[in-house]
Amino acid sequence: MYGRLPIVKMLAATVALAAAISAVMVSINWDGQEASTAAPKIDDLLNVMIVVSSFVFSLVVVMLFYALWKFRAKPGDESDGEPIHGNTRLEIAWTLIPTIIVLFGGGYSWKVLNEIEKPAKNPLTVDVFSQQYAWSFGYPGKGDAYVEGEMHVPVNRQVQFKMHAQDVIHSFWVPEWRIKKDNVPGITTTAIVTPDRVGTYQLICTELCGFGHASMRAKVVVEPPGQFQRWVAGLKQKVPKPLAESVVQDTESNPVPLTAGGA
Amino acid sequence: MTAAIKQPGWIRGAIGAVLAGAFGFGLVLALRAISGLPLYDTEQTGYPHVVVPLILAPLGFLAGFGCFDYWLRWAAGLPTIPDDHSQHGAKSWKDYFRFNTDHKVIGIQYIVTTFFFFFFGGLLAMLIRAELAQPGTQIVGAAAYNSLFSTHAAIMIFLFVIPVFAGIANYVLPLMIGAPDMAFPRLNALSFWMLPMAGLLFIGSFLAPGGAFDAGWTGYAPLSTGAPLGQSFFNLGVQFAGASSIATALNFLVTIITMRAPGMTFWRMPLLVWANLSTSLLVVAATPFIAGAQFMVLFDRILHTNFFDFAAGGDVISYQHIFWFYSHPAVYIMMLPGFGIISEVISIHSRKPIFGYRLMALALIGIVVLSYSVWAHHMFVAGMFSWLRVPMMLTTLLIAVPTGIKIFSWLGTLYFGKIHTYSTAMLFALAFIVTFTIGGISGVMLGMVPIDIHVSDTYFIVAHIHFVLFGGSVFTIFAGIYHWFPKITGRMYDEKLGRVHFWGTLVGTWGTFIPMHWIGMDGMPRRVADYATQFGNWNLLISCFAFMLGAIQLVFLYNMIVSWRFGPRAVGNPWRANSIEWQVSSPPPIFNFDEIPRVVGGPYEFGVPGAKHAIMAGEGAEVPAPAPSVVGST
Repeated sequence: MYGRLPIVKMLAATVALAAAISAVMVSINWDGQEASTAAPKIDDLLNVMIVVSSFVFSLVVVMLFYALWKFRAKPGDESDGEPIHGNTRLEIAWTLIPTIIVLFGGGYSWKVLNEIEKPAKNPLTVDVFSQQYAWSFGYPGKGDAYVEGEMHVPVNRQVQFKMHAQDVIHSFWVPEWRIKKDNVPGITTTAIVTPDRVGTYQLICTELCGFGHASMRAKVVVEPPGQFQRWVAGLKQKVPKPLAESVVQDTESNPVPLTAGGA
Repeated sequence: MTAAIKQPGWIRGAIGAVLAGAFGFGLVLALRAISGLPLYDTEQTGYPHVVVPLILAPLGFLAGFGCFDYWLRWAAGLPTIPDDHSQHGAKSWKDYFRFNTDHKVIGIQYIVTTFFFFFFGGLLAMLIRAELAQPGTQIVGAAAYNSLFSTHAAIMIFLFVIPVFAGIANYVLPLMIGAPDMAFPRLNALSFWMLPMAGLLFIGSFLAPGGAFDAGWTGYAPLSTGAPLGQSFFNLGVQFAGASSIATALNFLVTIITMRAPGMTFWRMPLLVWANLSTSLLVVAATPFIAGAQFMVLFDRILHTNFFDFAAGGDVISYQHIFWFYSHPAVYIMMLPGFGIISEVISIHSRKPIFGYRLMALALIGIVVLSYSVWAHHMFVAGMFSWLRVPMMLTTLLIAVPTGIKIFSWLGTLYFGKIHTYSTAMLFALAFIVTFTIGGISGVMLGMVPIDIHVSDTYFIVAHIHFVLFGGSVFTIFAGIYHWFPKITGRMYDEKLGRVHFWGTLVGTWGTFIPMHWIGMDGMPRRVADYATQFGNWNLLISCFAFMLGAIQLVFLYNMIVSWRFGPRAVGNPWRANSIEWQVSSPPPIFNFDEIPRVVGGPYEFGVPGAKHAIMAGEGAEVPAPAPSVVGST
C-alpha cells in the first residue's frame, strides 16, 4: 500500500531540502580559524556529518509534513485510519541503513582520530602546569625554562603537551587547534598538536575548576622556529620545585603511554 | 495535643526530624570525644556536625510522618493498623499532604511536587540567562553563578524530569494494565515522600556557609571533595532522590510483571508500559552507582577515605567512570518514558495502530542494553585509557539505530491515518519528533571522538543536552500532562491556551538552544559567568528567547490551575482511545475497577473491524464491541 505514496517526489523533496541545508551550513565556518594540522581534518569530518545529518533531518521533516498535509482528518471525520500494523521491509530498511551510516561515521572518525594523534619523530615536549586559576609552562628540552601565563611554540613542528594539574581537574583547549585534553591531578595526560599557522591564540580552561574558571586563560603564541628559540632562550625562570616534583610523581601508566596509542 | 503527637502526620514528622537531628549531633560529639578530637572545630570541608544530622533528620521526619508505621509495627509484632485500599482515596486537598498509599493520589503528589521544582529550577535558569545576557559579571558573582547552574541542573534532573515520569506512570500505569494499585503501595508512598527531602536538601544548600553546591551537577572530584559545605547537601540529596527512584522502579517492575489483567500478554501491553519496564530496568541497576559515587565523595569529605585524593593514592578519574555509569543510562531514564507517552499520543490522534509495535518494544530493550556500554563517551577528553574511546564511540553511534527506529515508526504511524491536531498533546508529540531528531543528530556528532574533542565542555554540549532534555523529555512531559489531564482531574483544559503554550515553547526552545550550538563550536566554553565579547550579541539573543520561554510557562501554569478548578467536565474517554485507563470514568473510581478487566487484544487496534483491547466490567464477552467512545463515559 505504500506504493500509493509519491515516493519519488518525496525523495526529491528530501534531497532538495538536504542540499539547501547542506549548502548553507557547509559554507559557514562553524569552528572558527584553523591553526593546526588537526583542524582541517576535524572540520572536514564535521562537514561530512553536516551533509549526512541534513539528509536525515530533511527526510524526517518531509515525511512529517507530507503526512500532516495528506492524512489530516477532515473536520467532523470521526473514522479511523487504515489498520496497518507495520511493514517488515521498511522496518528492516530503517534498521539497516542507519546502522550502515553510523558505522561509516564511526570508521571515518576512527581514521581521523588516528591521524591527528599520530606521534611524530622529533616532537617538542612542553609541560603544562594548571592550578586554580592559572596556567604555566615548562620546556624540559630547553633546560627546564619556565614561564607563567604565556606559552610560545614553533610553527609546523609537533608539540606534545604533558599536562600536570596541581589541585583539581582543568582542561586545556585552544579552539583554533581543535584539541582539548583534561589535566588530571595525579596523572600525566598528553595532547598532541602540530600548529601550522603563526599567530596569537588563547588557551581556555574548559573543565569547571572553581569560581575563577571563566578567567583561567593563557596567551598562546605560535611563531617561526628561530623566533621561538630566541624567546625560550630568554626565559630566566626554571620550573619551580613543587611543579617539577609533580612531573616526576604523576603516574604515566594511566593513561597508557603514547606508544600504545596516545592519550 | 497528645493525640497529634501520637498520630502520624506533620507534627509527629517535625518532632521526628528534630529528635533525629539532635541525636545525630550528639552522636558526632560523642564520637569526637571518644576519638580525642576537638568537639566543635573541624576542617573546612568536613562539618560532620551538620552532615550527620542532615542524614538523620529526613529519616526522622519520614518515620514521624508515618512512612514506616505499618512495617515497624509488623516487625515488632504489634497489631498493625488496618490499611486496606478503601481508606486511601483523596476526599479533600488535605489528603494530598498525608501519607497516602493510593497510586492515583501519589501520582498527583508526584506531578504537582515535581512541577514546583520545575518552576524553581526554571527561575534559576532565568537568573543564569540574566547574568549571561551581557559579557562581564552583572547580576551574580562568579562563585554564585557556579551555584546557580549546579542547582538548576540538579533540580531539573533529579527532582523534575526523572520523578515527573514516575508520577505520570504512577497514575496511569496501574490503570493501563488493569491493576487496582501498584504492587507495593506503602513503598510507593515512601518513594514519593523521599523526594521533598531531596528537594529540601538541594534548596537548603543555599543557606549553607559558602553557598549552594557549585561543582556542577556532575560534581567531579576533586573539585567536589574540596568544596564548601553545600556540596554535602548535594551528596545527600542525591541519596534521597536516588532511593526514591530505585524503590519506584522496583515497584513498577513487580507491578508490570505480576499485576497485568488477565489476557494482557507482554505483546498486548501499551508502549508506555514497555517504556516504564525498560526505564525501571535501567534505574534499578544504574542508580546505585551514582549513590555510590556520592557516598564516596561524602566519605572523602567527612571521613578522609581518600577515594579520589590523588596525593593519598586515590584515583581521580574513577569518579567519572562510576558517575557516568549511572548518568549515561540516566539520560535514557529521562527519555524512554517520554517515548512511551509519544507512542500513545501519536497512535490515538492519528487513529491508527502503532507502526511496527514489536520492533518499537524491542528498540526500547535495545536501548537499555546498549546504554550500559556507552558511558565513557562523556570522557573522551578526560584522560582515561585511550583505547576505551573507539569501542565506546561505536556503541554510542549504534544507540542511534534503535532511537531512529522509533522516530521512523512514529512517522510511519501517521501514514494513512486520520491525523487530529486539536489536542495540545498531539502538537507537542509532533514537534517532539523534529526537535528530538536535532538533539539526536548533535548526539551522533558528539559521539564521534574527533568532533567531541573540539566541542566537549562547550556550549555545543549545553545546546545538545537542552535539545534532548527540553526539546525531548520536557516536550513529552507536556504531551503526557495534556494527554492525561482529563483523566487525572476529570476536567478538560483550555486548548486555546494550550496552543499559545505550545507555540511559545516551540519557538522559545529553538531560539534559545539553536544558537548555543554555534557559539559553542566557535569557542565559548560552558559553565562560565563571563565570556569573550565576540559572543555578546548571540548571548543577548539567547537570553531574550530564554525569557520568552520562561514566561510562556506561566500560561501553562494558569491553564492547569484554572482548568483543574473550573474546566468543563471531562468524559471518560475524550480522545476515543482503546487502552484501559480511558475505559473508566474521569477521574477513575477509587478502586480503579469494579471488576478486573479482561484483555482480549492489542492496545492500538484502530480501524480494525470488531477489534477490542479489553472487556470491562458489565460487558459480556458475547456482546458485540461497542464504539470505544461510549464505554465508561459519564
